[in-house]
Amino acid sequence: MSVAILRQGDYLIASIQVDLSDSQVLELRDELSERIGRVRARGLIIDVAALDVIDSFVARSLGSIAITARLRGAETVITGIEPDVAIAMVQFDLDLAPLRTALDLDEALSLLDRLTQGAGEDEA
Amino acid sequence: MNQEDQSHEDPSPQMPEVDRSLLHELVAYLRDNRTELREEWVARITQAQLLGVMTPEEIFSEVTAVYDNYVDALETGSIETLQAYARDLSERIIPRGVETHEVLGIVLLLRDVLARALFVEYQRDADLLNRILDAYEPAANRIAVTVSVSFVEERERVIREQQEAIRELSTPVLQVRDRLLILPIIGVLDSARARQLTEQLLGAIQANRAKVVVIDITGVATIDLTVANHLVQTVEAARLMGASAIITGLSSKIAQTLVDLGVDLSMMRTVGDLQGGLEEAERLIGHRPTAKGSRPDAAAP
Amino acid sequence: MRHEVRVPISSDADLVPARAEGRALARELGFSQTDATLIATAISEIARNIVVHARSGELVMTGIQQPHRYGLVIVASDAGPGIPEIDTALERGHTSRRSLGLGLPGARRLMDEFEVETDAAKGTTVTMTKWRARDELERLRARRRERA
Ligand SMILES: Nc1ncnc2c1ncn2[C@@H]1O[C@H](COP(=O)(O)OP(=O)(O)OP(=O)(O)O)[C@@H](O)[C@H]1O
Ligand SMILES: [Mg+2]
Repeated sequence: MSVAILRQGDYLIASIQVDLSDSQVLELRDELSERIGRVRARGLIIDVAALDVIDSFVARSLGSIAITARLRGAETVITGIEPDVAIAMVQFDLDLAPLRTALDLDEALSLLDRLTQGAGEDEA
Repeated sequence: MNQEDQSHEDPSPQMPEVDRSLLHELVAYLRDNRTELREEWVARITQAQLLGVMTPEEIFSEVTAVYDNYVDALETGSIETLQAYARDLSERIIPRGVETHEVLGIVLLLRDVLARALFVEYQRDADLLNRILDAYEPAANRIAVTVSVSFVEERERVIREQQEAIRELSTPVLQVRDRLLILPIIGVLDSARARQLTEQLLGAIQANRAKVVVIDITGVATIDLTVANHLVQTVEAARLMGASAIITGLSSKIAQTLVDLGVDLSMMRTVGDLQGGLEEAERLIGHRPTAKGSRPDAAAP
Repeated sequence: MRHEVRVPISSDADLVPARAEGRALARELGFSQTDATLIATAISEIARNIVVHARSGELVMTGIQQPHRYGLVIVASDAGPGIPEIDTALERGHTSRRSLGLGLPGARRLMDEFEVETDAAKGTTVTMTKWRARDELERLRARRRERA
């Protein structure tokens, strides 16, 4: 399996295991959207550490996963972006603002807790 | 050097025109005896324990090239080719630790080897020998100076670069307390250094699991568009890793420059001074309760 | 050490080995982790353009050595329809597919040198190079460490 998707309480945790092709990224997008609706997840964490690079296509896909998830009632947090990958990502003039990020799983979980508790958020 | 020559009257400042014909004879002699003279030179180099970091094969091939360039320079009176070769050679051997005295040593050895050979060759005719040496010495000295100076200049260039690298490497990323880093930037920010700082900072974020980084640019005098954009990208890259960045110490002059350059500061969190930045950082960290005691402690005055 | 790596590109699945090979070659040539990632990212964009805009083509990655520097050259070629307005295509936001048009300008920014040769009859060849930074300084530092 190239992506392990676990359920933890109200959250889904998608842990990418290997570098993905574009079609696999799109499959993941559809799969996550479907699952969020099915289990009524309120939060989604995607661990992208196994991706070799996050180029404009992958960054855009992650953004659209986040937007789709929100439409289906879940907040998305991306985790596992390495320094070199982050440096490459900011070279594209992409609007990365829709991507919420956290340093690791613990951080991602507590960020989701905050986001899904009240509406209160002043995250930059 | 080429003073009062007996047969001619024109002490040219360039190559001693006076002795052109003798130089030709000299050059022919050096070409005819290339093999032995070159070997003799290598033997003397080895004996003097010069160029110890190089293998015998390397020494032999460099020596051959220098010898041939040397003879060409004698013949044409132009040292440009030799100079270029000397630069190139220096660039190759400096990183391997060859020292100035070794380079000086080998060119002086070549001068001696050749002078001695000339002496042996022409000793039966003292007058001819004298004139040959008169022709040889100034040219040989000029060549020795050229090679040595090329080496020294190259070495100075390398040292300058090294110093620059050390200065760059010395910008510290400080951990103030759990999960909070400060990057104080001092001095001139060019894009190479900005890039390096970014890598350092992002690496430190990962290593320290930092949540907030305060980038203090009080010590930065000026900024241009490239560097400003780099700063914006650094802040964004830090965010992608899950850390918030706060910029402090933005002087009004730099702020004005950034506005004039049209840099998009909307994504940047800026706070007047470092003190204020740290307080803001504490607030951000305390805002998210995590496993360890990262509540805002009373540290911030 | 390998000096040339060829990767045929005919579907999006081929991007995965293309990135991996590019990164591996960059590391073999002594590029930093960050530079290897920048290179792999640029490869990804250019190889995707082949799949999306030209169907198939090939990447050739070569390590090159000049007197005082090492580099990695990537030549991506295809026999597709060519890029009609190459100058605008190199600017951000120009696309023929209602995409964002970030691929070419992004890849260009990630590399040190970037050239596109394109022709409706012959197809497109992108040649991009990254130089290994500060070779000489690295050698000096290594040597100082050895001595210390
Ligand atoms: N190999 C190619 N063959 C033919 N046309 C190409 C090729 N590469 C790029 N192009 C053309 O250049 C345009 C710009 O390419 P670029 O990669 O910047 O954007 P894009 O592929 O359209 O969008 P994005 O990469 O952001 O998804 C493309 O829309 C396409 O028309
Ligand atoms: Mg593209």
